[in-house]
Amino acid sequence: MTAPLRIGYIPLVDATTLLVAVDQGFTAAEGLSVELVREVSWSNVRDKLNIGLFDAAHLLSPVAIASSLGIGHVRVPLIVPFNLGYNGNAITVSPRLFAALLSAGDSDITDPNVSARALARVVADRKKRGVETLTFGMTFPFSNHNYQLRYWMASGGVDPDEDVRLVVLPPPYMVESLVSGHVDGFCVGAPWNSVAVDLGVGNILHFGCEIMAHVSEKVLALREHWAGENHDTVAALVRSMSRASEFVGKIENRERVVYIVAHRLETLPELVHRTLGGNLKITPEGAIRKNDSYIVIDRSRANRPDPVQAAWAYAQIVRWGQAPLSDELQMTAENVFRPDLYDGAVGNAHGQAGGGKIADSVGAFVGPDFEARDIAGYLAAWRNKRVRQPRLSVVR
Amino acid sequence: MVETRKGLDPSGHGTVSSGEQRDSALKIAIVDESSIRAAILEDGLREAGFTQVQRIAETHNLLARIYALDPDVILIDLENPSRDVLEQMFQMSRAVKRPVAMFVDQSDSASIQAAVDASVSAYIVDGLKKERVTSILDLCISRFNAFARLQSELDHAKDALEERKIIDRAKGILMKAKNLTEEKAYVLLRTTAMNENKKIIEIAQSVITAAELLK
Repeated sequence: MTAPLRIGYIPLVDATTLLVAVDQGFTAAEGLSVELVREVSWSNVRDKLNIGLFDAAHLLSPVAIASSLGIGHVRVPLIVPFNLGYNGNAITVSPRLFAALLSAGDSDITDPNVSARALARVVADRKKRGVETLTFGMTFPFSNHNYQLRYWMASGGVDPDEDVRLVVLPPPYMVESLVSGHVDGFCVGAPWNSVAVDLGVGNILHFGCEIMAHVSEKVLALREHWAGENHDTVAALVRSMSRASEFVGKIENRERVVYIVAHRLETLPELVHRTLGGNLKITPEGAIRKNDSYIVIDRSRANRPDPVQAAWAYAQIVRWGQAPLSDELQMTAENVFRPDLYDGAVGNAHGQAGGGKIADSVGAFVGPDFEARDIAGYLAAWRNKRVRQPRLSVVR
Repeated sequence: MVETRKGLDPSGHGTVSSGEQRDSALKIAIVDESSIRAAILEDGLREAGFTQVQRIAETHNLLARIYALDPDVILIDLENPSRDVLEQMFQMSRAVKRPVAMFVDQSDSASIQAAVDASVSAYIVDGLKKERVTSILDLCISRFNAFARLQSELDHAKDALEERKIIDRAKGILMKAKNLTEEKAYVLLRTTAMNENKKIIEIAQSVITAAELLK
C-alpha cells in the first residue's frame, strides 16, 4: 500500500469514473489508498493540485492546459494520463428567452444554426428597444461551457464580448440565478440543467454535443513533476480508472453506478440516470431528447488522452484572446495530454484516437474543420466566415 | 511559512510605521459568507490601520459589486464557491478598470500553502507591490486561523452540552424505571460503559433509544 493519495473533485456527474474507481474498490485493488476531497470551486481544485495538497484532480480540460501555459494564474505544468470523459454539458435558457428564440427562429430551433440566428435577432431587437443585454452563466473562463456558448453565439453573428454578457457562476448557483433573472441562460454540466427543467424554470436548448460532437470535458490531472517521480502510482491510478470506466460502461452495473454518483453528489438518482443515459427531459412540460453522445465516459471511447483535443482547447483559448498563438505554446498544450502514459498502463486495445492524425475529431456543428497542424488557418477561416451574411436556410 | 503575528488580542499592533501609512488608503474588499469571520477580519484590518475595508456577504452579482467598489485587494474565503467568479476578472480586462492578479506568485508557494491551509485567498490589483500586501495576507491568515480555532472550540462546547443533555435524559429514564438515585443511575451508566468498552455517551444514547422503542 502506497502513501494515501488525495484527489480533489467537483460534485458533477462527469466525475463518475473517478468516484466509481474509489467507491467500487478499483483503486484499492491496485494497492492505492485514496481520499476523495469534494471541492467548491475550480480555482480551489487547481490551486490545491498546483501546490501539492492534492496528488490528482478531476479538472476541466482547458484548465489543465491553461495551468500548464501559465495563463490566468501561476504556471504549473500539469499532465493528463486519463481522460474522464467527453461532452456532458447543455445550454439551458429561461422559458422567457426560449419563447423569444422560438418566435425569432426561422425554422427548427433544435438546429443550433437556427437558434444562433434567432439569438442574434433577439439581441438586435433588445438593443433597438434599449433593453438590458442578455446575460449567460458559465462555469469558468477556461471551460468548454464558456467556449461552447461563444462558439454557438458567434456562429449566428453575436459577439460574445460585446453583444451579451458572459458571467462565471458556480454550478450550484446556476439555477437560482436563472430564477432570480440574474442570468437568462447558462451552459453547465449535469445535473444542473435537469434541475432547472424539473423546477420549471428552464428549457434545455442544446446539448453540448449538438454544438461540438466530441470534446474532452474533464480529465484526471496530475502535476508533471509529481507524475515523473511516481511512475508506478500513476500507472496504477490509470489502471484503476480504466477498470472503473469498464464497469461504468456495462449497463448491468448502472444501478450501482447511479447509487455511487448520486450518493457522492447528494443529488437524486433519477437525475444521474437521465444524464448517464443521455435521455433528458428538456422542457418543464416533459419533452424528452435523447442522444447517446450526450455524455461519453465508457472505456471504449472516452479515456485515451488525445493531443488533438488539447490543441482544440488551445485554439479556443487563442480564439477568445486568452493567450497568443505560437507553436511553442501549442506544443506545450498538446504535451499536456499523454496517451503514452495511458498506453503504458493499460495498452490501446480499443484503438482509440490520438497523436494528431485525425483531421477533425471535434465535429462542431458549423465552421471550418479543425486542423491541429494549422490553428492559424483554422482561426482565419473563422474570421472569414464571420463576416459573411448568415445563411437563410440550412440543408441538413 | 508565514508567521502568525497577530491573534485576536487587539493590543500590541497599534503603531503604524511610515511605510504602512500609505497603505491605509488601500481599498480592501472582504468576500465572506460568514459574517462573524468577516467582522473579525475587518476589525483586525482596521486595527492595523487600514481604514477602507468593505465587506461583501451577499455573492449575488459579485462582480458588479466588486467593480463598483473598485478595491485594491480582495480577500475571499476558499470555501466560497464564488471564488471562480473572481477568476473571470483576469479575463475581462476590457470590462474592468484595472486587471487583477492573485497576490502570490510562483516563488511564493509557502505563502499559498499558508493561505490555503487557513482557507483564505487574496487577489490584488496588478502592479501593487507584494510587500505592501504581505502584512494584509499575514493578518488574514492569522485571523482565519483564530476563527477556525474559535469555531472548533465552539463546536466542542456544543457537543459537550449535547452529550450532557443526552446523559441527563438517560439518567432520568434509569431513575424512573429502576427507582435509582441520580448518582446511582450515573454509576450504572458508567460501569456499563466500562464493561462494554464503550463511551458513556453511547450507552446513554442506547438507553434513550431502548426507552423510545419500549414506549
